[in-house]
Amino acid sequence: MDARRGGVQPPTSLASMAPSQPAAAAPPHSGAAATAPLAPNAYCEDVELRGHIIDSLILPKVLDLITSHGGAFRIKQIAIGQARTDPSHALIEVQAPSQELLARILHQIADHGALPVADQDVQLVPADMPGAFPEGFYSTTNQRTEIRLNGRWIPVDDQEMDCGIAVDLAAGTARTLPMCEVRTGDLIVVGHAGVRVFPVERAAETQQFEFMSSTVSTEKPKGAAIRAVAGELRRARAASGRTLVVAGPAVVHTGSGPHLCQMIRQGYVDVLFAGNALAAHDIEQHLFGTSLGVYLDRGTIAEAGHEHHLRAINRIRRLGGIRRAVEAGVLQSGIMYECVRHGVDFLLAGSIRDDGPLPEVITDVLEAQRQMRRKLKGVTFALMIATTLHSIAVGNLLPAWVKVVCVDINPSTVIKLSDRGTFQTMGLVTDVEPFLRELLEELQRAGAQQGG
Amino acid sequence: MAARILMCPPDYYGIEYEINPWMDRRRPADHAAAVQQWNALRRLLSDASAAIETITPQPGLPDMVFTANAAMVFRKLAVLSHFRHPQRQGEEQHFAAWLEAHGFELLRLPGGIYFEGAGDALFCGETLFAGYRIRSDARGHQHVAERIGCRVIPLELVDPYYYHLDTCFCPLDRTTAAYYPPAFDAYGQRVLREMVPELIEVVEEEARRFACNAVVVGRTVVTNAGCPRLHAALQQRGFATRETPLDEFVKAGGSAKCLTLRLDGEEAAAWKDAP
Repeated sequence: MDARRGGVQPPTSLASMAPSQPAAAAPPHSGAAATAPLAPNAYCEDVELRGHIIDSLILPKVLDLITSHGGAFRIKQIAIGQARTDPSHALIEVQAPSQELLARILHQIADHGALPVADQDVQLVPADMPGAFPEGFYSTTNQRTEIRLNGRWIPVDDQEMDCGIAVDLAAGTARTLPMCEVRTGDLIVVGHAGVRVFPVERAAETQQFEFMSSTVSTEKPKGAAIRAVAGELRRARAASGRTLVVAGPAVVHTGSGPHLCQMIRQGYVDVLFAGNALAAHDIEQHLFGTSLGVYLDRGTIAEAGHEHHLRAINRIRRLGGIRRAVEAGVLQSGIMYECVRHGVDFLLAGSIRDDGPLPEVITDVLEAQRQMRRKLKGVTFALMIATTLHSIAVGNLLPAWVKVVCVDINPSTVIKLSDRGTFQTMGLVTDVEPFLRELLEELQRAGAQQGG
Repeated sequence: MAARILMCPPDYYGIEYEINPWMDRRRPADHAAAVQQWNALRRLLSDASAAIETITPQPGLPDMVFTANAAMVFRKLAVLSHFRHPQRQGEEQHFAAWLEAHGFELLRLPGGIYFEGAGDALFCGETLFAGYRIRSDARGHQHVAERIGCRVIPLELVDPYYYHLDTCFCPLDRTTAAYYPPAFDAYGQRVLREMVPELIEVVEEEARRFACNAVVVGRTVVTNAGCPRLHAALQQRGFATRETPLDEFVKAGGSAKCLTLRLDGEEAAAWKDAP
């Protein structure tokens, strides 16, 4: 076993960014530092220590053993039990200058319950109540994950951050499971033992998105970025990929609706996620010519225009929904019209500030999440335009290998998306209208060059 | 409700192998004396108003007499033992069958983890103290902690003569315990001092007489003969003390506590009173 740095790595600190994760803390023992010095090119192995390791002084004992044998350590993750009966967990990287010394240290600390995470099967605990995991559950990242079951590594399906992992012993399969979907008796992975995570190879990604793989900036040349996005859209359409667009109402307010409609007609959009507002203002525009009461062609405010979106929603509600309105010939253009006509799998998720809402809007957020998860299967590329909360919500549901491009006039939206764990996001800070216009031109130019 | 204690008659008891420093096949047990000592212990416990239940002894399993190692009892759950030494593994099926037949839910620890029952897992108050390294594995105690949802404190045992926790630590009530400090490392000694409000130190001479291997029934404490200082300390604290010679069992590394398994929870276990 070569435990050199750079092989399979343990769960990263990604999950600890999420607010649900117990806060990282240094061990309370005065005799052991949280981190002993890192030796260059050290041989290392991750071990896990669980139980009442603070009260029993097992954690400081293990750390003392590591250093007294000439090794070093780094505490990669620690969750301290809050109540007296709550167990704690620590994920510790043990480092040593030689493979022999590492083996000797691992042998020593194993007796105290500190075992390499890769040498063990996962620990499964049946859920004792619906809607909550057993204490100490393994909290997922959005990166490719495998678990060891009966000595064999199997992939975790439906990878998603901030979930647990449920195991079907009979089928020999594992999948991520959101907290609210836990049923009593589900076998849930606890601790880190027998779990390994494969971080996305960022080096490979940069070839595709090199120009925007650094921090978000308004100073970047947009042309190259837009060409890359167009390339992704074409690849997804040509191959078996699926493209998701998450769009905010600013797409309509800024007059970019026709560009998105064109993209839909040309088959570049497979799935659309939005809220009530995008659909309401899109329909308002196509029924009344205004968005939020403003004539998009003239930029002037319509008389009693502030009522338009309500009247639009009301009309659609009277007809029984967007699809019905399209079938009845009442709605004859616009983003939602194109979605219905071209079979785009759209989902509108509600919020507490919605007017109406439109009949298709799913107001039960858990149900919305559930349906979003289903629609996200097979999505390979996500374009998030001019929406903050929806982008973060969808980002949370995506595995790390789905490429995400976030376009917003506000740099903080893009930064937020990355900070909430969707680190694969490539940010583009620009107004949505010129972006979509240029993107469409790029798609058409490339199409013309390819003769199609 | 009377205390319920499981014992195994010493029909097949003897020193047939050596799996701890006390055992020496050149120093065999006197079978007749062992039977007599076992009966005397049983009588003392009955006198202390404990109801004694027995399991049928099995030929070829001389240490089955030490029922403390059958399992760890928590309410109606019995965490079954998996012995480190193959010589004792044959006992596992018999204890499991008895406990199941007597209404216990059985919990087996996952593959290959050694766990030697109440010999290495003793409640004191709300905490389960758990000995490891010589017989039981530290990770087995982690499983137990997760399963029963109480605080489990692993204590490393460092002296092979005190190979089970119940040979060097004895919870007497929720806040009092006797212990023999040199059986633990510095971490373990510190943990015990911090967690048990009233600790009685046992001297080496009496530790070797298995003073810590005591059976507690109500406020009565029963030990091997020859532990006067512990008895005095206990009497000062309001315990009644009884002694009976158990030398024939000391030859195998066991004494009063090792010969019993409390089926309704030890006196010191706080969970006995919880609904």
